[in-house]
Amino acid sequence: MRSPLGRAIGLGSAKEGLDHWWAQRITAVALVPLSLWFISAVVGLVGADLETVQNWMSLPLPAILLILLLIATFYHLSLGLQVVIEDYVHTDFAKLGFVVVIRLLCFGIAVAGIFAVVSIAVGGTS
Amino acid sequence: MRSPDRPLSPHLQVYRWQLTSVLSILHRAAGIVLGTGTILLVWWLVAAASGPEAFEGVENFLGSWLGLLLLFSWTVSLFYHLSNGIRHLVWDTGHALDLKSTYLGGWMVVAATAVLTLAAWVIGISRWVS
Repeated sequence: MRSPLGRAIGLGSAKEGLDHWWAQRITAVALVPLSLWFISAVVGLVGADLETVQNWMSLPLPAILLILLLIATFYHLSLGLQVVIEDYVHTDFAKLGFVVVIRLLCFGIAVAGIFAVVSIAVGGTS
Repeated sequence: MRSPDRPLSPHLQVYRWQLTSVLSILHRAAGIVLGTGTILLVWWLVAAASGPEAFEGVENFLGSWLGLLLLFSWTVSLFYHLSNGIRHLVWDTGHALDLKSTYLGGWMVVAATAVLTLAAWVIGISRWVS
């Protein structure tokens, strides 16, 4: 015998669903100008050699925007992939496992990208 | 889990293809493509920080047929996910949710994707050639 409340508790998204939704939207809004800027910058760098690319990345504005792009992208990506997993993976253990792996990968790859930009920007060019 | 007796969510295969559902599926597909594309982006950044040899490796890969194909699918996906994402943000405000607007917006997204992708590649290739 379980009460209707007892059966429903812990199953819904009534606790953290809104945070997820908001974070997805806020990163989406940030990514509109950031990704348009990035693609125009990359088109401008077509055919550029390493020195040109490094010089560009060591300017404050490109470096800051690249880091913001990486943060917003990987945050947005981890939220989006989480929803994909939640929709298609139906066993709790696998679901949790995939979501954890995706989170860790997104954080790890984001840090790699941010470190690369910072190391070029602060003059560690080899 | 026991199948519930209430109606199930619609099966894709019993419905005629419609612009709205196709774009919805493509939004997710493009998001996944972009997710794999971020690995390319970070590889490029890390290579630029690592030095000439690593950077040459990325440049050679990106200039190969496979690299160009990946770059092209990445650009299409980005422009599509971006345009359709804006369409989603408009919906989130509660606007343009009627049938006519969803179709109009859908075709606008298709057109924007085509125009932006074409523009990026025409400018990119003309810079490459010159």
